Amino acid sequence: MSVNADQVRHVAKLARIAMSDAEVEKMVPEFNNILKWVEQLGEVDTDGVEPLTAVIDNELRLRDDVVNDGDCRDDVLKNAPEAQHGFFAVPKVIE
Amino acid sequence: MSEYRIKGETGEWEVVIGLEVHAQVVSNAKLFSGAATAFGAEPNTQVSLVDAAMPGMLPVPNKECIRQAVRTGLALDAVINRWSRFDRKNYFYADLPQGYQISQLYHPLVGPGEVEILLDDKDENSVKQIGIERIHVEQDAGKLMHDQHPTMSYVDLNRSGVALMEIVSRPDMRSPAEAGAYLRKLRSILRYVGSCDGNMEEGSMRADVNVSVRKPGDEFGTRTETKNVNSVRFVMAVIEHEARRQIELIEEGGKVAQETRLYDPDKNATRSLRSKEDAHDYRYFPDPDLLPLELTEDFIADCKASLPELPDDKRKRYEGVGVTPYNASVLTAEVETARWFDALLEAGAEPKQGANWVVAELFGALNRRSETLATTGISPQEAAELLKLVADGTLSGTLGKQVFEIMLETGDAPSKIVEERGLKQTSDTGAIDAEIDKILAANADKVAEYKSGKVQLFGFFVGQVMKAMAGKANPGVVNERLRAKLD
Amino acid sequence: MSELTTKTIAELRDGIGAGDFSAREVAEAYNAAVVAGRSLNAYTVETPELALAAAEAADKARAAGELKPLSGVPLGIKDLFATEGVDSTSGSNILKGFKPTYESTVSGKLKAAGAGMLGKLNMDEFAMGSSNETSAYGPVISPWKRNDGGNAALTPGGSSGGSAAAVSAGLAAGVTGTDTGGSIRQPAAFTGICGIKPTYGRCSRWGIVAFASSLDQAGPMAKTVRDCAILLEAMTGFDPKDATSLDLPVPNWEAGLSSDLKGKKVGIPIEYRIDGVPSEIDALWDKGVEWLRDAGAEPVKISLPYTKYALPTYYIIAPAEASSNLARYDGVRYGLREAPEGGNLDAMYAATRAAGFGAEVRRRIMIGTYVLSAGFYDAYFTKAQKVRTLIKRDFRDAFAECDFILTPTAPSAAFGLQEKMSDPLAMYLNDVFAVPASLAGLPAMSVPGGLDGQGLPLGLHLIGKELDEQGVLNAALAIEERAGFTARPQRWW
Ligand SMILES: [Mg+2]
Ligand SMILES: [Zn+2]
Repeated sequence: MSVNADQVRHVAKLARIAMSDAEVEKMVPEFNNILKWVEQLGEVDTDGVEPLTAVIDNELRLRDDVVNDGDCRDDVLKNAPEAQHGFFAVPKVIE
Repeated sequence: MSEYRIKGETGEWEVVIGLEVHAQVVSNAKLFSGAATAFGAEPNTQVSLVDAAMPGMLPVPNKECIRQAVRTGLALDAVINRWSRFDRKNYFYADLPQGYQISQLYHPLVGPGEVEILLDDKDENSVKQIGIERIHVEQDAGKLMHDQHPTMSYVDLNRSGVALMEIVSRPDMRSPAEAGAYLRKLRSILRYVGSCDGNMEEGSMRADVNVSVRKPGDEFGTRTETKNVNSVRFVMAVIEHEARRQIELIEEGGKVAQETRLYDPDKNATRSLRSKEDAHDYRYFPDPDLLPLELTEDFIADCKASLPELPDDKRKRYEGVGVTPYNASVLTAEVETARWFDALLEAGAEPKQGANWVVAELFGALNRRSETLATTGISPQEAAELLKLVADGTLSGTLGKQVFEIMLETGDAPSKIVEERGLKQTSDTGAIDAEIDKILAANADKVAEYKSGKVQLFGFFVGQVMKAMAGKANPGVVNERLRAKLD
Repeated sequence: MSELTTKTIAELRDGIGAGDFSAREVAEAYNAAVVAGRSLNAYTVETPELALAAAEAADKARAAGELKPLSGVPLGIKDLFATEGVDSTSGSNILKGFKPTYESTVSGKLKAAGAGMLGKLNMDEFAMGSSNETSAYGPVISPWKRNDGGNAALTPGGSSGGSAAAVSAGLAAGVTGTDTGGSIRQPAAFTGICGIKPTYGRCSRWGIVAFASSLDQAGPMAKTVRDCAILLEAMTGFDPKDATSLDLPVPNWEAGLSSDLKGKKVGIPIEYRIDGVPSEIDALWDKGVEWLRDAGAEPVKISLPYTKYALPTYYIIAPAEASSNLARYDGVRYGLREAPEGGNLDAMYAATRAAGFGAEVRRRIMIGTYVLSAGFYDAYFTKAQKVRTLIKRDFRDAFAECDFILTPTAPSAAFGLQEKMSDPLAMYLNDVFAVPASLAGLPAMSVPGGLDGQGLPLGLHLIGKELDEQGVLNAALAIEERAGFTARPQRWW
């Protein structure tokens, strides 16, 4: 598969990365090069092969239902570009 | 119940409804962090660094949330998947700190099950099965506030990471009433199980309402999804409104767009969320921070053993001991009511009578007084005592009602009320005879009229005696003694 | 340069224990070396006060007879690790000024073991790169130079480029690295030091900024195999805060070191003779086989047929995971925010992420987003995860016939800065030998084998069975003892 400028723009939008037209144009061939290269995997017969789910055999451990975290608003907000009245503040969202 | 049809220009339409219910799991801590879940805390105080998606933070699942979802699945007769997995649902929004919601798409924890609803409360044969497609476990998002600042929205992450069960029905409902019955029944079951408090005002249960219309017998039409509807009434309103909108649209030659909509209760209308629509590509993939979730048979057996008697079983049990089907369904609808009634039975009340009394007398009184079982001072043990006093003739029906009123007022036990106020019914013939004699002596003229044939005066004498004895005389004995003296 | 900065961690530990020198002297020597080495651009933050404080604690501990395993050992910490109160930016503008209120489990364990922190080490942005040139702080310059009379600035490799340069130039006794697809092993090879990536799940990932969660593993880099064993013991261990952490006791790897490989079989994968790899590297590989044979191991030919698909597999899975892991850098809760005048939330996201991420990170986020998007998920991501299963199976089958595997670490010696920046694919190919073990979660290590014709270090690469770090360390030790690699970069900085 290969992508054109519009598709690159769409992906950039999904990824929330602003791109100028020039950047988009520059990325199209790079993108296609990489896609073409990874598409070698098409050669591999994977019929009946399960996708890998765990790198190393291991069990998902579950936590006990204990409140032992939170209550650290200062830490949570400490690095915020904009915090007001105990909230994070962002440009107004219209729903 | 007759089939629900909407009349359009081109004939009758059938409505097809499916619900995705988000139910907040009852747990102390969040799904993937140790922060608290309590409602109503100061903003951002119940937020761990994990919930705020600080760099390098990792999720570790809360066993209780998994347990509650499995118990819920078992209560809905659903398949419990021994192997399930968490996936990331990727999208950007200010209430979603990670930039993805940890959810389950490909391998949910719970598979198909069903909920039985009654289409008509008074007809136990009017049952319908509503299919459950799946239940998956996922994180809630935070909250955005828009009206505190002219150009900014505020983000509170207290809810961020709270565990939700998303209970997805099959498109098996065909009317607003069925959807309402399904939601109420589901809520009832969740509350019995204790996996969700069912508090819709606090957002513990919200429904995404999928609606489509078709001519009866046709294929399914295109559906719309109205998000986050937070009361049974609103869900029913959404269905009605959305069905009519779609029918009008189709009949005017238009096409229903598969889209997400939002309900505005003030306008009682839904509107399209098209603005968000174009970027919807959630790029689900297995969360690499979490391994597959594998359940042991022991774990599932423990979940099963911990389930209480569920509403349908309870209803059947009540009916089996003589409670009318209507009363049984009223008594089992809410877990608090059922628990109260069970305690009443345990305290020795006769089931049929007890049920009648609870549904007619107690609920009537509570309604009148704007009280509930939770707020009333009457305990099931005291109620059982009252019923027993009436049953064994210690109290007359009238006295019983009087004692009941005092109980409602004071919260005192009936025995105490009877004792203190001397309200015990008397069958003491000596005392009754003495009163009768006094009344007859004082009304010699009426006695003469009676004897000359005006027999309807008998009631007058009864009333006089009862009044003189402050209602405490056993009416049967009064009747019998009066006849003996007059006839 | 103080003689103290040429000592191994084992020597520092033993010397402090014996009272030959104080921890304070060691810390001061390293603090001075860090300052003197600034032109290498290895550190993004210097924390001499933390190194000194740990040294003072170590000297007190010695007086009290309570020395800890790493008392008085000054370490550099890769910037990918969150360090409490110290800028932790992962080499990215988007985390500019980010000071965590928490300490990563691994760096916390090292500190708890008595180690002092000299500073934070430069790296490729979010660990995406193989030359340390994608860092927002600019490239790290390798302390090594070619002996061709030119003065070309070389890469120390990446992404743990600052880590590699610091150890090799004597700016730290040991360092932490992280390895997602070779980021410990390739820079170790480029700079003539040792580095080991343990089995996935040995080191907690808690507090390490995520690149590709199913691949990321921390590990140590140091002058010697023994030093790696010492550091690895301090870094690993079960962490309930990481759901993928292995709940296993930490082996005593240092005590278990032995270069006697009698009865062991070393697998030589036939597919790893690749066109375009310099003959010097193949020759070193052959030498490595001989050294291991000399140590008692029997070489056997093995086949890893699917490993030739490892790189494309990796370049689907890693960007996919990264595209999601890096979604949190959105300008809301920390780091950079670019909010265009009058713009909405989406405009803020897009501007912040465009300004905050460098070209390579943006490229990988884009690729990752694409391969997960509707209609492409199965063709790319699911396919790659299936091939990954086959790659893992390759190793499982191979380990039925051998105890560990020997390959070159990288297909070339260190290259010049700018040489490969314009060609992403050429850069990606650098990790051709390293990536398969990452995809399979296996322990793997680079140990210096010799110098090439231009006087640049070349590494040999050992891959072990799941959880068999000891086997890897022992084989590396056998090579270390026989290679006699003592070359150090000539000081020019
Ligand atoms: Mg939904
Ligand atoms: Zn949901």
